Amino acid sequence: MPTIWVYAEIDNGKLDPSSLELATKARELGDVEAVVLGPGATEAAARLGEYGAEIVYASDDQVYADYVAQPHVHALTELIGENAPDMILFAMNYDSRDIAGRLSARLGSTLMSNVLEIESVERAKTAIIGGTIIVDVALEGAPKILLARAKSFVAEPLEGGEATVVPVETTVPEEAKRAKRVERHEEAATGPKLEDAPVVLSGGRGLQGPDNFKHLEDLASAIGNTAVGATRAVVDAGWVPYSYQIGQTGKTVKPSVYIAFGVSGATQHIVGMKGAKRIIAINKDEEAPIFQISDLGVVGDALKIIPQLIEEVKSRKG
Amino acid sequence: MNIAVCVKHIPDPNVPPQMDGKYLKREGIQGVLDPGDEFGVEAGLLLKEAHGGEVTLVSMGPAAAQEAIRRGLSMGADKGVLVTDDTLKGADALVTARVLAAAIKKAGQFDLVVAGVESTDGYTGTMPGSLAELLDLPQVTFAKTIEVTDGTVKVNRQTAEGYHVVECSLPALLTVTAGVNEPRYASFKGIMAAKKKPVETWSVADLGLAGEDVAIKQDVAGQTPAEERKAGEVITDDGSAAKRIADFLQEAKVI
Ligand SMILES: Cc1cc2nc3c(=O)[nH]c(=O)nc-3n(C[C@H](O)[C@H](O)[C@H](O)COP(=O)(O)OP(=O)(O)OC[C@H]3O[C@@H](n4cnc5c(N)ncnc54)[C@H](O)[C@@H]3O)c2cc1C
Ligand SMILES: Nc1ncnc2c1ncn2[C@@H]1O[C@H](COP(=O)(O)O)[C@@H](O)[C@H]1O
Repeated sequence: MPTIWVYAEIDNGKLDPSSLELATKARELGDVEAVVLGPGATEAAARLGEYGAEIVYASDDQVYADYVAQPHVHALTELIGENAPDMILFAMNYDSRDIAGRLSARLGSTLMSNVLEIESVERAKTAIIGGTIIVDVALEGAPKILLARAKSFVAEPLEGGEATVVPVETTVPEEAKRAKRVERHEEAATGPKLEDAPVVLSGGRGLQGPDNFKHLEDLASAIGNTAVGATRAVVDAGWVPYSYQIGQTGKTVKPSVYIAFGVSGATQHIVGMKGAKRIIAINKDEEAPIFQISDLGVVGDALKIIPQLIEEVKSRKG
Repeated sequence: MNIAVCVKHIPDPNVPPQMDGKYLKREGIQGVLDPGDEFGVEAGLLLKEAHGGEVTLVSMGPAAAQEAIRRGLSMGADKGVLVTDDTLKGADALVTARVLAAAIKKAGQFDLVVAGVESTDGYTGTMPGSLAELLDLPQVTFAKTIEVTDGTVKVNRQTAEGYHVVECSLPALLTVTAGVNEPRYASFKGIMAAKKKPVETWSVADLGLAGEDVAIKQDVAGQTPAEERKAGEVITDDGSAAKRIADFLQEAKVI
């Protein structure tokens, strides 16, 4: 059986939920082991065990929280040298891509990004051209490094899964302590998380300004259990915080219902939401690409429809 | 302050992409400077204006990638380097990083190497990390703001829940994301001046690379069209659309 490693990202003691998706997938491919580096790692190991990791290499060292990428690459390189895994799975997150990119160069190992499906240790799939063509890629060498998009796999716990924790003992050299995280700003979100909410409302440039986003928030409270997201155009304009961004360089959402207000439907946005069960789009322009993937499309003015919809939802909920 | 900016030449994103066998067609079609890399060029120019020095553009691609370099030069960069070689067709992210690393080393000494977070056509998003490792540089990525003072670069780095402030001493590698600045348009004067700016063209052999260095370890084994979502009903709002949407939400049992 090949050995499949999952690099489990941890931040502020919180394990990235994608690592559980990866561990679940890895169970189909071989023996699962995980690596988790940073404060809270040892505690998180049990969780990874529940999802199939038999061994978890863990270090609670603060150095992994304070410095970007290089300490992790140092530790991973040592661990890989000692244990020779066949494949390492990363989630396509901010820290993980930096680490995976460096690791690939350090080891001279092949790396594949935006992975949507893994068939075996030699084969994986990704989509190109805005998700219209699926390519099947043959991978060579070891260890193979794969970066999978969040929510490509469903996390399922394993009956009685338990991990053996192996402490990572390495000392990170001074020359790997260079890019330092000096401040953390987390935008406290109210309501359900964008990634988990059963209903997602997303606003694009068509909302015309930050004030209209407030109406979207009102609609979200009226529906209940609903999160608000945005396109990058809107995040870049500063109307809402970065954490709202859905898409290629933002979050991946797979809600039961996704409603787009004034969103054109650029491919980079669509990759982050096309897994939604049902899609509704409201756009002034009947040619907007978002309509091509919508179950219900409304050609109309989002600014007019939002207040009407708030009333309609309120009256139906009684 | 000397800055190298990675610029990729990509098929025009506004034209439906074509395949050339297994790969995205890159020869003989309209190409542009990757819009994501315009932010990198602008970042380089702003730093040069504030701190002096030169901006060198570095690209790997077909001969036509000259156009992307010219575009950056017309925005105000000083010179360019293009690595072009038939053996690089289909190059993966690691091979690209090895080629760009060798080109940057050959081109001079830089305080900062700038790239985009991810390219618009390939979006692997890992080339810059590999490049930083090969050049033995620290990396500050996903920059939404950039500040350089006393040999230190400090950025607001986008994260899933907000942003982190990350800093390191120069030399370093920086990746920029959209919104970090407002890329300038090339002026007519800039376009004319760009024609006289030096652009070197190097092959893989010129960089002293061979064999394993440029061996592509990923191969496309097959492709299939993705399962398309079908477009559903499209209605024009006549004042009743809100009701229709609410019906839909009820059918979906979310209200
Ligand atoms: C490398 C890269 C990565 C990217 N990553 C992402 C990403 O992660 N997420 C993302 O979203 N984008 C991303 N983008 C940007 C993407 O290409 C688009 O530019 C962006 O998604 C467009 O946002 P938008 O739909 O809000 O704006 P626009 O494209 O400007 O669309 C606005 C829409 O609103 C409609 N409209 C206007 N007024 C109204 C009204 N009153 N009522 C109803 N409709 C109205 C218009 O008809 C139009 O369709 C990325 C781009 C690149 C190059
Ligand atoms: N062939 C190339 N030539 C120059 N720069 C490149 C090339 N490929 C990637 N880059 C740079 O690396 C960034 C990320 O690209 P990628 O890893 O391909 O998504 C791009 O935005 C460019 O700045």
